[in-house]
Amino acid sequence: MSPLKIKKGSTSHSAYNLRPTFSDVSERHTLAVLVENEPGVLARVIGLFSGRGYNIDSLTVAEVDHQGHLSRITIVTTGTPQVIEQIKAQLGRIVPVHDVHDLTVEGPSVERELALLKVAGEGEKRVEALRLADIFRANVVDSTLKSFTFEITGTSEKIDAFADLMRPLGLEEVARTGVVALSREEK
Amino acid sequence: MNTSMSGAKMVVQALKDQGVDTVFGYPGGAVLPIYDEIFLQNDIRHILVRHEQGAVHAAEGYARSTGKPGVALVTSGPGATNAVTGLTDALMDSIPIIVLTGQVPTFMIGSDAFQEADTVGITRPCTKHNWLVKETDELSGTIHEAFHVATSGRPGPVLIDIPKDVQFATGTYTAPKAMETHYRPKVKGDLDAITELVKAIETAKKPIFYTGGGVINSGPAASQLLRELVDATGFPITSTLMGLGAYPASGKSWLGMLGMHGLYEANMAMHDCDLMINIGARFDDRITGRIDAFSPNSIKAHIDIDPSSINKVIKTDIPILGDVGHVLEDILKVWKSRGRKTDAAGVKAWWDEIGAWRKINCLAYTAAEKTIKPQYALERLEALTKDHDRYICTEVGQHQMWAAQYLGFEDPNRWMTSGGLGTMGYGFPASIGVQIAHPESLVINVAGEASWLMNMQEMGTAVQYRLPVKQFILNNERLGMVRQWQELLHGERYSQSWSEALPDFVKLAEAFGAKGILCSDPADLDDAIMEMINHNGPVIFDCLVEKHENCFPMIPSGKAHNEMILGEDVETQGVIDAKGSVLV
Repeated sequence: MSPLKIKKGSTSHSAYNLRPTFSDVSERHTLAVLVENEPGVLARVIGLFSGRGYNIDSLTVAEVDHQGHLSRITIVTTGTPQVIEQIKAQLGRIVPVHDVHDLTVEGPSVERELALLKVAGEGEKRVEALRLADIFRANVVDSTLKSFTFEITGTSEKIDAFADLMRPLGLEEVARTGVVALSREEK
Repeated sequence: MNTSMSGAKMVVQALKDQGVDTVFGYPGGAVLPIYDEIFLQNDIRHILVRHEQGAVHAAEGYARSTGKPGVALVTSGPGATNAVTGLTDALMDSIPIIVLTGQVPTFMIGSDAFQEADTVGITRPCTKHNWLVKETDELSGTIHEAFHVATSGRPGPVLIDIPKDVQFATGTYTAPKAMETHYRPKVKGDLDAITELVKAIETAKKPIFYTGGGVINSGPAASQLLRELVDATGFPITSTLMGLGAYPASGKSWLGMLGMHGLYEANMAMHDCDLMINIGARFDDRITGRIDAFSPNSIKAHIDIDPSSINKVIKTDIPILGDVGHVLEDILKVWKSRGRKTDAAGVKAWWDEIGAWRKINCLAYTAAEKTIKPQYALERLEALTKDHDRYICTEVGQHQMWAAQYLGFEDPNRWMTSGGLGTMGYGFPASIGVQIAHPESLVINVAGEASWLMNMQEMGTAVQYRLPVKQFILNNERLGMVRQWQELLHGERYSQSWSEALPDFVKLAEAFGAKGILCSDPADLDDAIMEMINHNGPVIFDCLVEKHENCFPMIPSGKAHNEMILGEDVETQGVIDAKGSVLV
């Protein structure tokens, strides 16, 4: 027997136990994906993320160029640098995808999210909610005698902070759009 | 040329304008208008398969052996779902095929109609792209775009779902030239990166070319350029399962296939090299073995047309994005213009090292007197057919690996095997597609009996079209590769890996109206193979082989290239260093 002979039944290795040793520090990236506005294109993008096990922290989509037939999908995702690179390459492979921009690395950018929050309460809590809304520059878009609906725009962190403050004051419902983003530079 | 015609007629017209001569298909309710149009013309030949999976694999075989896209036509619902395995297979192996599916009429979509399935939804992740055509006016443009998408960039399968009312309605036909698309993958490589690679080539002491299916897909010119570069530099070359034939097996720099069941010298050279030039391969897990021990000391260059293949599993030092043919041309130009330099002394010493690995003769086996060893069967098949105009298909399993090890491929497009998906049942229908494309050639499907039974209904197709495909079945009455893993890795518990009720393959052949040959004695093998070759018609060759033979060399999963297991008959003493043996 040569020293290379394997002992029968000696390993329980999976056939796929082959994780690469890339950096495992996760980063948060905001990607802007310009796609042809055709049926199924969003399903292709989402299917890519679910099929290959990538994260979606937030995703927004709307048509941005009616004549050019283009929609813009803004995706916030987290992953190691190699996974982020893979996500971009895989997105670029989808036939109706025109452009993929990683706003996190392509220079400064602005990110905004819009949220609607319904806060119900009476007495001092109601007054406090209104006062905080003023500080956060949230608008009242609907009110009843027992509740306010606030509209707030800002970074995701600002909206998180506002929602945290509203919670003890009677926060009942939140609706958020997810992040939209643009690079700051001139074209 | 813009003319008015029915959607069904448009399908046939568009296929003709795309140069299609053959369609593999199976009719059904939702494609009847298209079948009507096929009936009314003689330019496109329709091959009636016996199962839609067979149609797609046959189209794959046609595509891989010709370099042209293959076309399959199937009905809605079950027709489409039966095509899914073939589509996934073509996606994994980057094979350009166009699958046309019928669909229930547009006004019934979503109503759970008879034979309705969400075909574009089901096939979205297993096609390069797919379309549901809802307007007859858009049908011809979509078909032309589908051919463009399937064949450009990294090739792949596409699917067009055509509702029955769209086939009946009249619309305007547009010829291929009028097509517009933004999909134009980059084919020229970056010259700075190419120059960087050339500089690495000039100084490398232990270089190796590691080539894959991308070379075949890039076309015969790419294989020619590869041969020129390999022979001019004198560097050793190994290839993946998918890339066999791009460089000839008889070539002086050929090391044989690498990977899990690759040759010892090829894997050792991959592990010890200082410059790895990956051309159109994708660092598949069957190739790399343990990632963190993969070729630890080499500079890695990677030429690929698909940006997502670069840096996916292995960090690349010199990435070159582009078509293999274009990039090879530029590498040769730059290398020649800089004076055709290599480190000749270093490379010579490298070859000496490789020579020592070669000496162990890792494919050695002991032939038995009374039973046919599968390796022996393939050696004889190789000896008796290598001078023929020959195409080889395989199923999936041990026989596939033995075929890759023991058969020699001199040219591209001669080897059809399911590499990425590993589809049992691929080889027989693929051999039908190959034989249709090359009616005068010798087409052999090297099979295992278990794989072969998965699509055995295609005997009907072979007999109907008088296709002289040779089904060379290495019959061990086992799922050989499953059995091998159970022996080595699962305590010899042979769970469900054999069949107690195999058919009599000779009678089976005769039942279909074909010829059956049984061979169980090594002494009869040559005559039996000659009988198979000389029979002008489909043959099932039932070659009863040793039941418990294992396929070696083998890199156990999770192990590195220098941790191969070798067969009992291979003499290893003194050749493998202590470090390598400790790791086992």
